[in-house]
Amino acid sequence: MAMMRYAEALNAALREEMQADPSVFLFGEDIGRYGGVFKVTKGLMEEFGETRVRDTPISEQALTAMAVTAAMTGTRPVLEIMYADFVPLTLDALVNQASIYNYIWNGQVKMPFVLRTQGGGGAGAGAQHSKALDSMLAHIPGIKVVAPSTPADAKGMLKAAIRDDQPVVFLEHKLLYNTRGEVPDGDETVPLGKAATMREGSDISIFATSKMVVEALKAADLLAADGVSAEIVDLRSLRPLDVNAIVASISKTHHAVVVNEGWRFCGYAAELSATIMDHAFDELDAPVARATLPDMPIPYSEPLETAMLPSAEKIRTAALKTLK
Amino acid sequence: MKNTPSVEQHLEIYRRMLLVRHLEESLGALHKEGRTRGPIHRCDGQEAVGVAATAVLETGDKVATTHRGHAVYIGKGMAVHPVVAEIFGRATGACGGRAGHMLVADAEKGVIGGNAIVGAGIPAATGMALSMQILGTGNVAMCVFGDGAAQTGICHEAMNMAGLWKLPVVFVLEHNQFGLTVPSEVQSPVEDLSIRAAGYAMPAEIVDGNDAVAVYRAVSTMVERARRGEGPGMVECKTYRVEGFSTSDMGGYQKPEDIAAWKARDPLIVSRKALLGEVGEAQLAGIEAAAKAEVDEAFEAALSDPMPEFSLDEACNPYSEAH
Repeated sequence: MAMMRYAEALNAALREEMQADPSVFLFGEDIGRYGGVFKVTKGLMEEFGETRVRDTPISEQALTAMAVTAAMTGTRPVLEIMYADFVPLTLDALVNQASIYNYIWNGQVKMPFVLRTQGGGGAGAGAQHSKALDSMLAHIPGIKVVAPSTPADAKGMLKAAIRDDQPVVFLEHKLLYNTRGEVPDGDETVPLGKAATMREGSDISIFATSKMVVEALKAADLLAADGVSAEIVDLRSLRPLDVNAIVASISKTHHAVVVNEGWRFCGYAAELSATIMDHAFDELDAPVARATLPDMPIPYSEPLETAMLPSAEKIRTAALKTLK
Repeated sequence: MKNTPSVEQHLEIYRRMLLVRHLEESLGALHKEGRTRGPIHRCDGQEAVGVAATAVLETGDKVATTHRGHAVYIGKGMAVHPVVAEIFGRATGACGGRAGHMLVADAEKGVIGGNAIVGAGIPAATGMALSMQILGTGNVAMCVFGDGAAQTGICHEAMNMAGLWKLPVVFVLEHNQFGLTVPSEVQSPVEDLSIRAAGYAMPAEIVDGNDAVAVYRAVSTMVERARRGEGPGMVECKTYRVEGFSTSDMGGYQKPEDIAAWKARDPLIVSRKALLGEVGEAQLAGIEAAAKAEVDEAFEAALSDPMPEFSLDEACNPYSEAH
């Protein structure tokens, strides 16, 4: 095990996969000479050269479409889209191209590409650089969407994503890059589609991904002081979703809070809530509570932004309300 | 002239153009009888572009095309039957009936593939060229796209990167004068769209798109330089869409005199005239009869082929647990 920052763990995953497989290449804005806006690709252009690590023009729409067909013709592209807020520029390539071909072409092609991006608020980046658009991405069949919360999962899941033959959107968070954690040495992958229980509890289950797992763990401390034992489940993967892990936890606690940093209406938390209704309705003792962003643009000024974002305190409030 | 196709090559181009023509006319007839499903976008009168451009390519080269791609499918080497069966949604179709006529692909033949989002074929071919450059395969990617697609933003993004990185991709602009029902002069301030190639540091040539030999020559030159690693090129093929946008097009916006003038210069007429100076009438008549018979047989077989069965759990279904 080694202590690493989240960004360093991602860098290690990219380096190891590029060393192991010459068909893996990286492209995106600022990723080469500069090493990435969040330094995830630092040193990789020096190590692997400008053919396999490419600085690109600001052309998200074409870059994503090119990743799709490059992946169908023998390479394993890893595309960095600097902010999740820019994902809407990539949507034709995801919705009308990447998601359809494996099925529509009757299994003739594989599509092993990874779209890395980072979203989320709390850094004063304003309405066009702070969003979590998880549900927009997870809505698309044929594409996997994952959002690890720890450095160990960041490394193991990125390695697994690069090796996956299906498109994977890999969601990072700008406020996780500097978080630290133990990361296993060597060629360890973490399977996509499997949740992890981060803290055991008996009164209520809290389901989250990415930075919201950090908030949920803080909420569990607050709830412990309230006399409530909260179980924290890091879903890790939004699609495919580990429904079994959700049902297992609710069968124990009979109460649930679903947390997502995206908008509430038609959001990922709504899908989680419906999934719980489909699979664990009889286990519930109370309605599922949601902690999400309100349905508004994200403002710049610190008190305005802070007031909007889902937080440990808001998760606690939601939990106490549904436990009443 | 340099890169002129041999008589044998031209005969094969002529034969494939005939296959496409019979395919389109048969589809038109069946549509009138109400026996087709969904919109069908015919390329009658434009066959020289798709067939002669792809005749230059090797099997390992790849082509992305448009929603009007029948000439590319046949030109790049697909047999008629799997294409027709796909158009009729049969289990025996090139994609098992899942794709329909606009999205046909045959990965082994390098048809990757039809695309019904106008402009999307341009980055598709560019991405394949990027893959070829990284892997050092020595292959070339081609995009056959229309004057409508040339007006999309993604066209600029993709061509800029193709020029910047000297990617092995050839852009074949099938300029048929219409984007949907709107004439090109109402969509672009310039008549010759390939003047834009200069902005991407790529050479371009304008040719008569109804002359298969001219298309073949110009595309060959661009494919050769792309294969040598000298970067992308563009060929603008001037042609005309004599049929409507699709089978649902009510018409009324094309000048009858324009249609008549272009039909008089039909690519089949142009090639037949050129070939008649090289081979006898009997040989051409034989090729023509055989092409018609081949298409008729493909339709007869496809129309009696089985329909596919829906399943949620096939391995390539993204909804399945297998994914």
